[in-house]
Amino acid sequence: MNDIRPMAFLSILFASSEDSIKTEAVEMPAFFLDLNLDQIIDAIVAGKQEYNLKPFFYTSLGNIEAIKYRHEIMQELENEVLFENIKSFSKNMHLMRVYLTQVDKLYYKYQKERMFLDAVSIYCNAINCLVHDLSLVDLKSRGFLAFREYLGNYAESTPFTSLLAETKKLIDDLLSVKYCLLIKGDTVQVRKYESEIDYSVEVDKTFEKFKQGAVKDYRAEFSEGLTMNHVEARVLDFVAKLYPDIFSNLDDYCAKNADYLNERISIFDREIQFYVAYLEYVAKFRRTGLKFCYPQVSQECKEVFDFEGYDLALANKLINENTSIVPNDFYLKGKERIFVVSGPNQGGKTTFARTFGQLHYLASLGCPVPGKEARLFLFDRIFTHFEKEEKLNNLRGKLQDDLVRIYDILSQATPNNIIIMNEIFTSTTLKDAIFLSKAVMEKIIQLDLLCIFVTFIDELASLSEKTVSIVSTVVPENPALRTYKIVRRPADGLAYALSIAEKYRVTYDYLKERIKS
Amino acid sequence: MKAFLMDRDQDFDLQRELPLNEPALTQDLGLNLLLNAMAFGDQFIFEVARKTVLSSLNNLDAILYRQDILKDCLTNSAIIRDIHEIATQSIDSIKKHYYWFSGKYPSSTLYSSVEMMETLVGFLRKLKNIAEEHIDKFESAGFAKFFAMLNKELSDEYFAIVQDHLRELKFRGGVLISAELGRGNKGTNYVLRKLHDRKQSWRERIFTKKPAYTFRIANRDEIGARALSELRSQGINLVANALAQSAEHILSFFNMLKTEMAFYVGCLNLHDLLAQKEEPTCFPLPVAPGERREHFRGLYDVCLALSLNQRVVGNDLNADDKDLVIITGANQGGKSTFLRSIGLAQLMMQCGMFAPAASFCANLCDGLFTHYKREEDVTMTSGKLDEELSRMSSIVDHVRANSLLLFNESFAATNEREGSEIARQFISALLEKNIKIFFVTHLHQFAQDFYDRKMENAIFLRAERQADGGRTFKIIKGAPLETSYGQDLYNSIFKTDN
Repeated sequence: MNDIRPMAFLSILFASSEDSIKTEAVEMPAFFLDLNLDQIIDAIVAGKQEYNLKPFFYTSLGNIEAIKYRHEIMQELENEVLFENIKSFSKNMHLMRVYLTQVDKLYYKYQKERMFLDAVSIYCNAINCLVHDLSLVDLKSRGFLAFREYLGNYAESTPFTSLLAETKKLIDDLLSVKYCLLIKGDTVQVRKYESEIDYSVEVDKTFEKFKQGAVKDYRAEFSEGLTMNHVEARVLDFVAKLYPDIFSNLDDYCAKNADYLNERISIFDREIQFYVAYLEYVAKFRRTGLKFCYPQVSQECKEVFDFEGYDLALANKLINENTSIVPNDFYLKGKERIFVVSGPNQGGKTTFARTFGQLHYLASLGCPVPGKEARLFLFDRIFTHFEKEEKLNNLRGKLQDDLVRIYDILSQATPNNIIIMNEIFTSTTLKDAIFLSKAVMEKIIQLDLLCIFVTFIDELASLSEKTVSIVSTVVPENPALRTYKIVRRPADGLAYALSIAEKYRVTYDYLKERIKS
Repeated sequence: MKAFLMDRDQDFDLQRELPLNEPALTQDLGLNLLLNAMAFGDQFIFEVARKTVLSSLNNLDAILYRQDILKDCLTNSAIIRDIHEIATQSIDSIKKHYYWFSGKYPSSTLYSSVEMMETLVGFLRKLKNIAEEHIDKFESAGFAKFFAMLNKELSDEYFAIVQDHLRELKFRGGVLISAELGRGNKGTNYVLRKLHDRKQSWRERIFTKKPAYTFRIANRDEIGARALSELRSQGINLVANALAQSAEHILSFFNMLKTEMAFYVGCLNLHDLLAQKEEPTCFPLPVAPGERREHFRGLYDVCLALSLNQRVVGNDLNADDKDLVIITGANQGGKSTFLRSIGLAQLMMQCGMFAPAASFCANLCDGLFTHYKREEDVTMTSGKLDEELSRMSSIVDHVRANSLLLFNESFAATNEREGSEIARQFISALLEKNIKIFFVTHLHQFAQDFYDRKMENAIFLRAERQADGGRTFKIIKGAPLETSYGQDLYNSIFKTDN
């Protein structure tokens, strides 16, 4: 019997409680800056500050099940109808919170109570709409199925239905209140409305025959603000006296229902934003023709690949500038573990390195990734080492810095890690650089971990059967034009050196021509 | 309430666009002389007259509608001037006494509106009295409707209701406002209510004693006083708006009346001036644009008449069924004056005015255009023929079937043979397009060419020259002559006798 019943609903983000984030105070992982993941996550959560989503985006999932759980939900949410349903639920919940904030800000009792009542009303409406909306969607994901079950039970429970009835009755009562003010000099009389006729209409009717054409609007504008002054407050007190039953009901209602909000639903409202935020972000790229796919994720297989992938941070920037980005393919097969990236400067090497890291990280969150089709490795750590500006107050030299940092990485690294090295050892002689790089590379090869090694040293490309040489390319006829294409090819430094030399007009012919005798 | 004294079913639009060739028409026909005579020093009348004269009506009914009203005006000129005066005074008194309110404070808007309304109602009463007293003296459909409308809409009962409102709106018994509970239980939907009669509410108080709570703003509570005044403002906001807009509407009614009367007062002014000079006027007989009519007796150039002390020479003509009228002959023989009198009479007829003639009948034209020889281009940007042809080209952009074109010595900026050829091609094309043409020319070759064709729809006129070389300033029928008697002119100026 338990088999056919949906699992009990815990969380829309985590399949089991072990996966949950342990604390809200999760720090941004160290490699975020190198991979420009900080920009990506900032863009994703922009406008959703109230949900504090960053802790979720800073926490990788540790097992395949947890990833699958999210894939199912995310795929389900790609159904536009469901997506809009959730959006409108969030909008209501947001409005409810706005009202609750007002309750705290307002001063007069009957104002506070009315705002509270309206907040509850919005909440009840949000719940009922969502129950109704979800009943019309053919759900498949375990997460949504469990949630729907939970929500339906809640909506039918007595506490909720009586809350709803009470709320509705009280609002209707308040809407039926109609009173009159008789203002004469400095006195105000408050009494019930007794069907006195609308005098403005009568005046209007009297002079209707003179209507000529468009005329000025002489109406004064009054502040739409919620706050009342003490005169309005006294009027309201008297209105309460005119309708004593309604207002004493309001008092009771507020005292009784302070804890109306269901905690698990409130958590759902926050957690579902993880998906909403990500899908809204994805939509921007899809609109320009860029692809996203749900990657196969594995904890064993290191034969990773991605077709038509790209750097999300860069793509975002280029879309804003209205230029297009060049997607790249990569794959590792058999024993291949390490991409050695070389080629002309500004040909897309760093971008490729970042793309590789971003893809793996986003996959570890259970999110779709840039590309047409992908298989990615579920790492347990990512280490990055990108060349940094030299710091003047740093007493150690740059080379020493590099080595200390690399030592740290290699001493912690396991086969389940990913290492991304970008142009290290540029601050020493070529001979030193070759020596050090080879030594580091040997270690990495031994660890059998996935690695991107961006370097200007051609020799590294063919060190082992585990390394794959890929190069950034230029258009042969016009070497100055960069393609940003990264292709598998042996590193043939000379051709590229020449093309760059031509680009800067420092070849023999150019120099003969340019240097006047 | 609408005056509808200029058009049967629409307000007169003082902001209307004038035809694009308005500057040329004004200059070539000397229109400002005519308009100044109508204005008699009143700039507003000048403006209305200018707009009216230059925006020709294109259907017979509209013209006859105005002609009838103008006839009423001529027989009741004192009453007309009274109505115009009432309209003018009503507007001036509002301008003088009330600043237009900002709309920021409903109570001051209401206060000003009530005062303004009281003033305007006074002028409405005056207007209504005229309507009541003189309705029988008017025969035109326009005035009959106008006066009947005033009598119907402005009954004594109506004035009584208005007075009631204006008294009520001073709120001696306090302001009664209904309200409901809006967001956060804050009052909303403030609606001004009419207090039940005092007697009734007194009775209610005795018999039913409904609950009511009263409080008073403390003397030194300035914030409270402001808050109360804001509540009151919300209550009277709509009624203040309604009354201010109504006052504005009534003011627009007077503005429209003033505008429409301005045209007729202008006609009266002109009529008085011409009568003093004993120049004849008549109501012209317009016929449909598709027909070709042009017959008149004693047609004179009204502008010339206004600027001379003696009477001017009138011309007679029957050019019915003619599309083309070519006028040749003596310099200073009255050709330009004649051409101008044709244009002015056409404009006056097509705006519903009387015509400066003993009798006048013409078909309506769909657009009047003039092409006169201009002074040498002082800016030196283009040659004279360039300038002339470019003007011609912009006219061609706008002419259509049944337009009327007045040419005065056009194409004279080149030699006679070339000028004639351009003119010939030009005129032939316009005729085929059903355009009516008056052409004053010295281009003999051109005139002769058309004369030789013996066209049924063309007529040739000549400035009369007596055997002794003297001019009568009369335009008569006659074939083109080879010379234009420049020598006569030379002789007359240099007084060189043979």
